Amino acid sequence: MSHAPAATAHLETSTGLDNRKLLMWLFLGSECLFFGSLISAYLLYRDRSTTGPYPDDLFDIPFTSVSAFQLLMSSVTMVLALAAIQRGNVRGMQIWLLATAILGLLFVSGQAYEFTQFYHEGLTLETNLFGTTFFVLTGFHGAHVTIGVLILMSLFTVSLQGRIQQKHSLNIELAGLYWHFVDIVWIVIFTLVYLVQPGNN
Amino acid sequence: MTLADYRKRRGIESPAAEAHAGADAHAEKHPGPLEYVQIGAVLAVITGIEVAIYYIGISYTLLVVALLVFSAAKFTLVVMWFMHLKFDHPLFSTMFVMGFILALTIFAVALATVDGKLV
Repeated sequence: MSHAPAATAHLETSTGLDNRKLLMWLFLGSECLFFGSLISAYLLYRDRSTTGPYPDDLFDIPFTSVSAFQLLMSSVTMVLALAAIQRGNVRGMQIWLLATAILGLLFVSGQAYEFTQFYHEGLTLETNLFGTTFFVLTGFHGAHVTIGVLILMSLFTVSLQGRIQQKHSLNIELAGLYWHFVDIVWIVIFTLVYLVQPGNN
Repeated sequence: MTLADYRKRRGIESPAAEAHAGADAHAEKHPGPLEYVQIGAVLAVITGIEVAIYYIGISYTLLVVALLVFSAAKFTLVVMWFMHLKFDHPLFSTMFVMGFILALTIFAVALATVDGKLV
């Protein structure tokens, strides 16, 4: 199944492509470096802690799996919002945008709960190398999700004022690219940080 | 005579117009809502399998390989379909892949430098 997207204004750029979209992809490419560095640091240092608590003592896989599922499904609602506005369905876009923001908020809430639990179990930024690298990595990811939720809520508010129509679909697409990127980063974190543990099995 | 006039007189498309035509052709192939939901269902199933094999008593090496394969599959599905890299202009893919390869390079260099173990 395919559909014709909204007609887009053809800007005379040197590449013939919209510079905003090009810039977004360049930004996402640089974000790969950012998160790649943080994930590398975590994997290198998590087993070098001389004192506990350790990952095996803290991780609640069923809880984190639900969080991962929420973020994954938010990618589906986000792309449905884009599909809706590209067909001129503003109401549909609003509903899916709101659903995406709610799923994002649930994810961030779950992360705040997890951080609180870990803190009560004795893990802080300064406790050990695992704590430092874990909180920095997942904290920065949570900050990205929070910014994404703010962007989505801003777009939702603007759309309620009737200022987002089919011809503005690129705005939704750019927000979607950012949101999907945040999702794929969590796909990697969920696997490498939570599921792949040396102490497992 | 400007370059645009010359191109018009000779019937030559500008690079911008060619890119726009290409971009439109790519964009028209974007999947529809049903396909997005189907891909979402596949992603959910893969996540379920990942969690399931975490609890199954298989060897650690096999577990790591399986999880990495499933994770890569999810990553690819989201990037290619939800972010439309499969359908959009190749320059967008280049931007992203460059960053991704650099990130992998950083990881490899860090591994070699710090004398750490990966997993």
